Amino acid sequence: MWEYSDKVMEHFLHPKNVGVVENPDGEAIVGSLACGDALRLTFKVDEQGRIVDARFKTFGCASAIAAASALTEMIKGMSVDEAAKLTNQDIADFLGGLPKEKIHCSVMGREALEKAIANYRGIPTAGVEEKIICECFGVTENEIERVVRENDLKTVEEVTNYTKAGGGCGGCHEAIEEIIARVRAEARPEKARPQLTNLQKIRKIEETIEREIRPQLQQDGGDLELIDVVGNKVLVATRGACAVCQMAHLTLKDFVQAKLRELVWPELEVEEVAK
Amino acid sequence: MTTIYLDNNATTQVASEVLEAMLPYFYELYGNPSSMHFFGGQVGRKIRQAREQVAALINAEPDEIIFTSCGTESDNTAIRSALATNLGKRHIVISRVEHPAIHALGAHLVKEGYRVTELPVDSDGRINLDQFARSLTSETAIASLMWANNETGVIFPVEEAAAIARNKGVLFHTDAVQAVGKIPIDMKKNAIDMLALSGHKLHAPKGVGALYVRRGTRFSPFLIGGHQEKGRRGGTENTASLIGLGVACELAARNMEKENTHVKYLRDKLENALLTRIPNSRVNGDRVNRLPNTSNISFEFVEGEAILLMINELGICASSGSACTSGSLQPSHVLRAMGVSFTFAHGSIRLSLSVYNTEQEIDFVIEKFPVIIERLRGLSPYWGVGDAVCATMET
Repeated sequence: MWEYSDKVMEHFLHPKNVGVVENPDGEAIVGSLACGDALRLTFKVDEQGRIVDARFKTFGCASAIAAASALTEMIKGMSVDEAAKLTNQDIADFLGGLPKEKIHCSVMGREALEKAIANYRGIPTAGVEEKIICECFGVTENEIERVVRENDLKTVEEVTNYTKAGGGCGGCHEAIEEIIARVRAEARPEKARPQLTNLQKIRKIEETIEREIRPQLQQDGGDLELIDVVGNKVLVATRGACAVCQMAHLTLKDFVQAKLRELVWPELEVEEVAK
Repeated sequence: MTTIYLDNNATTQVASEVLEAMLPYFYELYGNPSSMHFFGGQVGRKIRQAREQVAALINAEPDEIIFTSCGTESDNTAIRSALATNLGKRHIVISRVEHPAIHALGAHLVKEGYRVTELPVDSDGRINLDQFARSLTSETAIASLMWANNETGVIFPVEEAAAIARNKGVLFHTDAVQAVGKIPIDMKKNAIDMLALSGHKLHAPKGVGALYVRRGTRFSPFLIGGHQEKGRRGGTENTASLIGLGVACELAARNMEKENTHVKYLRDKLENALLTRIPNSRVNGDRVNRLPNTSNISFEFVEGEAILLMINELGICASSGSACTSGSLQPSHVLRAMGVSFTFAHGSIRLSLSVYNTEQEIDFVIEKFPVIIERLRGLSPYWGVGDAVCATMET
């Protein structure tokens, strides 16, 4: 059984604002019977641009009904501009949270609101030319990009919880992964690393050896000493057990070099020198 | 608020007779049946009796019964045993509507390199025996078809299927978890090689099951360990539960007639009343070849989880094949295999009764259910005043 908050159950059992506003200023329907949930949202706007009435009709589970009820309660009294800023997270928060598999219910609310506002403003909603990624639930590339960006999503599973995309046959999982990777790469452009001076490099390497590397090596009776730094080349000498160990070469590349690349600078090359 | 429990295909109440028989074996009679002393030996004797009781319910020999921890273990044991004793054969046949204990195992075996044929069903959830016969090849290690479907109650002709399999030299297993105790089963009159049953579906506790293995069937154990169950299933016996399962089987044999008269009468009354009082409703699955206790009904343009939570407020417990109840986003694989349209599949409810349900309870459900469906349809954008505004608004 789902762990619904009291607020979700309250809005499900006693939904507010059920119905259709007569002669609505904005209206939209999202979802479909095939998908298992659908929401029709209608609202009325006064001369000051304030939403004076909002009503919904929902086909769907308890949280879909609750999210729609919450949405209408939230936007009543808001200006259209204020309403346009609502996110799915705001709806989920209003309800005291939603189970993660049900977040798509709040996303559906936000989508309906957005479409209804576009309808009110007379902006034609983008339609046919949008690229569908998930055929099972008809989810577009734009929708997926948007939830990934707004909610900092990292996995296909999360995208499925938010949009249902990928929850059917699973054929689009690769495409979703690509979108996640792309959006996340855009969101975090690689910061240009400050160039380290040789002295800074040496200090940082010494620090890293001391803190991260030496304790590990010493467990096996080995040790390591920094000899010099030349450009990207980090010259080291092995000591103790490492000096006679057949595996020392692997340890240097797989462990020492990997650690230093991670913590100091990524292009460095560790090389062993005699003595 | 009293509970009206109509979810007996999910699990059942432990019968008071069963509980009573079990209790001493948790405390005073805690001996290990394998022990040499009288204290363990008396428990061993009681387990022998339980084995006889289980065997009697399906007219099998006691040595054909292996106790397990659940239906899933019994199913896995049967399939794995067939594969282990037929090493050259790397094909199995199942149906699309099997319980996950078989269905998910099939998917897993595909990853292990086996070939798995999933037989389709028709819109009433029925299998085609000719198609079944054609699917069996010299490569087939085992065919496994459920006796009765857990979601719809539809009964497969497993005895005919087993005869076909035997003719072709293919082992036949049946997941009879939902059938045992609800319909008569006589293992002396069929060619089924292995059969899985589960305690908690017939008023024994959870955590106990059994696998019937016909004498002479080559067998490879799933759990390797001690000599328990004659080396066919290692692990110290769950003594109290095995004894409970024995009593539950005896009880089921005694209640078999009531199950097929009283329970069936209540189920039919409930089903017919809901179909009459609620427009745009239908029964999913073959209504003739069906368990006497199960009804799978769909209500168009409403969603199953919402129905369940609404009836839950009245103390009524049931299940749904809707997507939202599972978290899988897709309606039940059984309803999809039957080609049930989305408008009906999302609004499906499974009502499953037991001998403990009363007519009063059923009358209460008949009174309340239509109101709830009407209330939810009042919220639905696909439902007009009184009749369906068809899915024209679909985006």
